[in-house]
Amino acid sequence: MTTARENSETLSALDRPNSYIGKTVPRPNLDRLMQGRGLYVSDIELPRMAHVVFLRSPHAHAKINGIDASTAKQMPGVIAVVSGSELSTVITPWVGVLSHLKGLKSAPQSAIAVDRVCWQGEAVAAVVASSRAQAEDAAELVSVEYEELDAVTDMRTALDPATAVIHASLGDNLAFERNHDAGAVDQAFAESDEVVEAEFVFGRHTGVTLEPRAVVADWNAAEARLTIYQGTQAPHMVQNIAALHLGLKESQVRVVCKDVGGSFGIKVHIYADEMATYALSKLLRRPIKFVADRVESFNTDIHARDHRCKGKIGVTRDGTITAFEIDDLTGIGPYSMYPRTSAIEANQVVNLVGGPYLTRNYRARARVVFQNKNVMCQYRAVGHPIACSVTEGLVDLAAMKIGMDPIEIRRRNLIADDAYPCASPSGLRFEQLSHHASLAKLIKMMGYDALRAEQTALRAKGIHRGIGIASFIEVTNPSAAFYGVGGAKISSQDGVAVRLDAQGSVICQTSITEQGQGSESLTAQIVGSVLGVSMDRVRVILGDTDITPYGGGTWASRGAGIGGEAALQATKVLRKNILDVAAAVLQSTPGDLDIVNNGVVNAADGTPRIDLSELARIVYFRPDTLPPGIQAEFMATRHFVPREYPFAFTNGVQASWLEVDTDTGFVKLLKHWVVEDCGTIINPQLVDEQIRGGVVQGLGAALFEKCVYDERGQLTNANMADYLVPMSGEMPDIDVGHVVSPTLESELGAKGAGEAGTAGAAAAVTNAVNDALRPFGAIITEIPLTPQVILTALGRI
Amino acid sequence: MTAAVEISLNVNGERVEANVLPRLNLADFLREHLELTGTHVGCEHGVCGACTVRVNGDIVRSCLMLAVQTHNATVETIEGVSDSGEIADLQSAFRERNALQCGFCTPGMLMAAQDLLKQSPCPDREQIREHLSGNYCRCTGYQAIVDAIETTARARAGRLT
Repeated sequence: MTTARENSETLSALDRPNSYIGKTVPRPNLDRLMQGRGLYVSDIELPRMAHVVFLRSPHAHAKINGIDASTAKQMPGVIAVVSGSELSTVITPWVGVLSHLKGLKSAPQSAIAVDRVCWQGEAVAAVVASSRAQAEDAAELVSVEYEELDAVTDMRTALDPATAVIHASLGDNLAFERNHDAGAVDQAFAESDEVVEAEFVFGRHTGVTLEPRAVVADWNAAEARLTIYQGTQAPHMVQNIAALHLGLKESQVRVVCKDVGGSFGIKVHIYADEMATYALSKLLRRPIKFVADRVESFNTDIHARDHRCKGKIGVTRDGTITAFEIDDLTGIGPYSMYPRTSAIEANQVVNLVGGPYLTRNYRARARVVFQNKNVMCQYRAVGHPIACSVTEGLVDLAAMKIGMDPIEIRRRNLIADDAYPCASPSGLRFEQLSHHASLAKLIKMMGYDALRAEQTALRAKGIHRGIGIASFIEVTNPSAAFYGVGGAKISSQDGVAVRLDAQGSVICQTSITEQGQGSESLTAQIVGSVLGVSMDRVRVILGDTDITPYGGGTWASRGAGIGGEAALQATKVLRKNILDVAAAVLQSTPGDLDIVNNGVVNAADGTPRIDLSELARIVYFRPDTLPPGIQAEFMATRHFVPREYPFAFTNGVQASWLEVDTDTGFVKLLKHWVVEDCGTIINPQLVDEQIRGGVVQGLGAALFEKCVYDERGQLTNANMADYLVPMSGEMPDIDVGHVVSPTLESELGAKGAGEAGTAGAAAAVTNAVNDALRPFGAIITEIPLTPQVILTALGRI
Repeated sequence: MTAAVEISLNVNGERVEANVLPRLNLADFLREHLELTGTHVGCEHGVCGACTVRVNGDIVRSCLMLAVQTHNATVETIEGVSDSGEIADLQSAFRERNALQCGFCTPGMLMAAQDLLKQSPCPDREQIREHLSGNYCRCTGYQAIVDAIETTARARAGRLT
């Protein structure tokens, strides 16, 4: 590990004896998951619980002329069949816009379609029965009369005057447009020795969480309270939205989040069928369970990355990049998602293109259009894979044009490590990045020169291997600038409460959530380290709006950086409170005492003075023996939100080494390297595993994953046999290295790491494929890089 | 719908008598009738491996097998092989290597890994990857899982010699 900037003064609370910070320790409570004794939403059963199955539209765009459920209602076990208009008596529609995304428009969306369906898979009726099988049987007997309408499916023609407008009230199919112009782009291109252009095409893909989305909603009419069991990344956001649209106060809604079978941004949104499930529970006054099946997941889980982006780069013969220009077009389905909106990804593309590089000349346009396909929204590394693939693809094309090595052109253009703080041409503020240190480390890890020699030697034998490099920046620790300023009630702050219980153990409640990243572990590591207790004495409670402090949750690479800092600050207060009481009991002063290994000791020589369990016994059961005026406060709460920087940017660089079979078009991934800089590392193993998992998601996008729609808006591969995901056999080993530039915005210094892997993986692979195909003069700027795409580029088919 | 069929089987060492509809698959039978919720349902068409259990000693996709087919059979689930201690070392290796994140694939992954280690005591990494190629994990990227299985294989081989 390389430390780019020392932060010794502010690490004092963490750099204590027996600190867990920076150490690999196993996550607590994994046995539960390994023994099959977790509690995922699909495992939950409640008394009087009924099951809902949604009847979904087979058409991409159609009027609903009538629904006949009379036969279905007679089926065994059926409790109710509910249409969109019937459900609208208990839940109001919503519009997915944010005020800071100027001009973003969308149409009101209902929990179940009323009068019209706008994508294949939109729910048209809910069938509620005693069992799911009974509900499925009955759903087959609901008869819906549709009148098909023209479907808008190709984003390239969505804005043509001849194309039907999906929502007449909006006037056209343009949801959002952003233009940005910085520096002197035209002049820069005019003064360049070479200008290279390309169109980058990205396959629409989706998250494929192994546990599908699932909800159990339990309206207790006697309590007038709704309890929602849901695998969500943002419990307080769900509480706010459910209350708002069901006409309840937030205090009437409790959201409980137990184990979550994968999220990746898929489970950070509010879906229409989830809203319908909450509403059905209120309507039918009983618990209702909805578990999406796999076909429903493909048709309704948000999709992402359906972009076509034209890019242009200028370069001088000495390798100086003079300007970037992009024109991005993306199709988001018929509605902007709620409440985070579907304009964020395009907005991020504009923000991030060219981000690692020095040039100040940057022009961008992004247009977001409606289509009659499933909704698109934020998925792991939102916008980053697009921006990174376009930027790094252009940089490689420029290097190729002037005959420069891809490493060399990056060395000459990446922002210098001592140039911070500074801002990007799109206005992003960087506190401290480490592009050059990261690149240097990557070259060493991968043995760049030896690989080039190997590549050359193998080429002579007709074996075509390629090396691809991709530098990237990543948005982490978002402040209120992400959603709050636009009017969304999505908290950017997080809170942690810590208390010492009567046996000297610690209970910690945090508003960040766990979906496997290690939120529980990092919280326990911080609390244990700062307080001076062993991790096995720290119990962390997450995911319950009745219990935890108010906060954002775990998304946008924010859990460790924001929730971790709140844990640190809360624990510092608890520690002070404990030492104050200990000093009074021991007739000492707080400054002369410390807490080490679960006991109070003399700070000077470590002599044990009183065990925490004994101190807690006195405080809770014999407070009469404490000196007069001493009231122990063995519970402390603190909140944290970044205020100085809107985002804590991280950076890194990835490399791919692969082989292309030019006869079959198959790509074999041989090795992948990542160097990234997420600031303070709390648990190296967990950070590395976030990077690896993120990379593999990016590799899926690079090689396999694509939601294939036909021209009528039918998703033709909505199952796991036809939609390919990365499996163990095709994935390479991934080496991960780090540079450490802590953020000074928090005492912890941690930035996010959850999305870095996904941000740059596809760019590295695409560049490597083009490097491998260089002898053939073929350039590919489209993913997924299927055999068909590769053989087409080679002119073989 | 046909009438329910009586079946008798052994599940995790316990005798089970049940009346099931012929269309009921084994995964739903285990989860909903026996409340053995450690067997997970991910794709419901035999691709993801989350529902992997052992029937008469062989691993099967319980979403592709009907409950009625297990009449007179011995079925073992993640709960059973955990309680017997059979895979305690494998679970320990998964814990140490953080070979699970959300944990939803893990029961199926462990069943598949144990199956490999029973057939082939010293598999190389490629063989491990090949054997797991029907078990989908979205979180880890697989490397940690391969590492944990490799570690377990070596430790078991060491114990044998």
